Amino acid sequence: MSSTTTRAALSGVALLSSAALLAGCAGAPAPEASEGAPVTITVSIDAGLEKEARDNFDARVALFEKANEGITVEAQEYTWTAPTFTTDLAGGTLPDVFTIPFTDGRGLIANRQLADISGLVAALPYADQFNPHVAQAGQAEDGSQWAIPIAAYGQGLHYNRTLFEAAGLDPDAPPTTWAEVREAAKKIADATGEAGYATMTSGNTGGWILTTLVNAFGGRTESADAAAATIATDPAVRDALEYLHELRWDDDAMGANFLYDWGTINQDFAAGRIGMYVSGGGNYGNLVTQNALNPDDYGLTVLPLQGADPGLLGGGTLAAVSPKASPAEQAAAVKWIDFYYMAKLADEATAVETAELAASLDQPVGAPELPVFGEEQFAAYQSWIAPFVNVPVEQMAPYTENIFDQPLIAEPRVATQDVYALLDTVVQSVLTDRNADIDRLLADVQTQADALYAKAG
Amino acid sequence: MTQLTPTTAPPPVPEAAGTIEHATGPGRRRRGGLLGWFRGDGPHTLVFLLPLLFSFVLFSWKPIVDAAVMAFQRTNLITPPEWVGLDNFATVLGDPLLGAAVVNTLWFAALALLLGYPVPLVVAVLMSEVRRARGLYSALAYLPVIVPPVVGALLWKFFYDASPNGVFNTIVGWIGVGPLPWLQDQATAMPSIVLFATWSAAGGTIIIYLAALVGVAPELYDAAEVDGAGVWRKVWHVTLPQLRGVLLITFILQIIGTAQVFLEPFLLTAGGPANSTMTVLMLIYKYAFQNSLGGDYGAATALSIMLAVVLAIFSAIYFRLTKSWSTS
Repeated sequence: MSSTTTRAALSGVALLSSAALLAGCAGAPAPEASEGAPVTITVSIDAGLEKEARDNFDARVALFEKANEGITVEAQEYTWTAPTFTTDLAGGTLPDVFTIPFTDGRGLIANRQLADISGLVAALPYADQFNPHVAQAGQAEDGSQWAIPIAAYGQGLHYNRTLFEAAGLDPDAPPTTWAEVREAAKKIADATGEAGYATMTSGNTGGWILTTLVNAFGGRTESADAAAATIATDPAVRDALEYLHELRWDDDAMGANFLYDWGTINQDFAAGRIGMYVSGGGNYGNLVTQNALNPDDYGLTVLPLQGADPGLLGGGTLAAVSPKASPAEQAAAVKWIDFYYMAKLADEATAVETAELAASLDQPVGAPELPVFGEEQFAAYQSWIAPFVNVPVEQMAPYTENIFDQPLIAEPRVATQDVYALLDTVVQSVLTDRNADIDRLLADVQTQADALYAKAG
Repeated sequence: MTQLTPTTAPPPVPEAAGTIEHATGPGRRRRGGLLGWFRGDGPHTLVFLLPLLFSFVLFSWKPIVDAAVMAFQRTNLITPPEWVGLDNFATVLGDPLLGAAVVNTLWFAALALLLGYPVPLVVAVLMSEVRRARGLYSALAYLPVIVPPVVGALLWKFFYDASPNGVFNTIVGWIGVGPLPWLQDQATAMPSIVLFATWSAAGGTIIIYLAALVGVAPELYDAAEVDGAGVWRKVWHVTLPQLRGVLLITFILQIIGTAQVFLEPFLLTAGGPANSTMTVLMLIYKYAFQNSLGGDYGAATALSIMLAVVLAIFSAIYFRLTKSWSTS
């Protein structure tokens, strides 16, 4: 076989393969659905549902389809994760309806990575009844609601009642000031050898919890107009880091492991290796169902607030619609969100049915959350689900009785996750290097944060 | 002293010109051109080659080309990408984390070379001396390689628990060494990771060395023994020179492999504490995937391209320098 023939053959093959590739890549665009035509939407459901939960979901889907002729609902197991969201969206494998955490709402809206359903949302009967602190997470710059809040929580101090008892502390009287937290942490560490207080430090959670602490100390990591980061300028940031430094090196009350993220700190807490830690108030579900926490060990109280203008960082979940959905699909999607997510908050019959099913599946009912609507509606909701509550509410009383007195504030608005990532490094340095120069670390972060704020414009 | 062998090759004998034609079979004329290709083995070759070519182009070449293109664009995978020239490269080169990532990667490579290069050789030499049950020892040596890397990493993460009753701290406690911080301290995190990486990868290299060792002619060892060499002198003067082809290859493979280390720091420390185990590949992952609002795919691909170019240049220089040592 001569070399020219070889080359010709090879180039022919290459051309053929490239042609096949390109043909495969260019997908035909979906035809636009005309008004009144049947529409199909894909909606996200939790992965790995139990059979009864899945049957229940299918029953709800059937009810919805019966009430809405022309809409077909297809379920797709979907879990929102940071690394896969954009690629799912680009690849078209994102369901039409999916849930995202509060922290990403505004950013995704600014990037136009969510559909603008504000007109459809405004038409909902309860559109103006949302708790404003909660609703802002799903709003665009102009205040229009692009994503619907379906659940909300506030940060809390989780503590292990058993370790409290072992250290001679009263589990029904948890610390109410940060000084008391420090004392309790030291007592637990001395008496039991476990970490008295632990904190998340990696995967952007270090910055998240540090920001929570800074807010509880009375400071902010961002200026009020969201124009600049105040990491090196707000004294509360330094105070919070000094506090952690003292807990770690002077008291030796933080144990020996410092590379926690949200999942691993829950694991160690459930295993009884951590006395206290700060995280979202609704963690009880994950602790019990996924980490086998003994419910008797669990206690929850509010974060102590101190300083001139403290605030409680909140979070939650938004339901959003894929920007690739056509207008007809968007309308159907909002109807689904209203039916599936909001009904169990607003409608008594649905709330009771959902709570009853969850209780029968040994899923926690009644874990602490914040009202998505107003407080009276929330109180009514609590009374509806009261017969099915299976979480130890008395152990969470220090939280539930005081949470409404705490001023709820939103996360920093600009480059939130990127700044959290920078703060992760600071927290890890402080906890692993006794001689960490806190001022220099903060100055470094401030410089990098300034660049991020400048880039965001 | 007279040369016993000629210094130059003898001129070709005229009859040799006919043997090439004879080699293809008596009376068989080779036809050039497309027709000859069709009548020959051409179509068969193509049929067998096509599936491989297709999957290679689709899963290897297309992503590489796409990445090279993306390195010069700004894209969030949804809106049409815009061309930004060398901006991504400038961003990457201006990132303070890049310096740390490169230093950490080199540190990992150096430690892995120090620990992971001689240890398999020593173990292979020892195993080659064993007469019985060599198969059993080979299997035991290879066992860590069979453990899926993620499983191994999570196991070792558990063993590396820095509290006094962590598994490894308990073990070193038996010899009186205090509880060590393992992954929780900036100075000891990388060596801990290298320890795990060596454990999980050594088995493969041991098997390769063992196979090469078995091929060394025993007469060489006999000659060395006659000259009065002990075990280690035999290794230094006979084994290593005989193994140099394999050693050269495993060295460059080790360098290329350790330059791309990702799994161990990702699972064990997520780049911490305080970026002391952040490697180049972890930085690429961070650029691409750690921002929930869509990563900087341009920066990630730019860094990937730069890493590939650096490794290619290194390999080229390496093969040039070691040409005289290699056996091929």
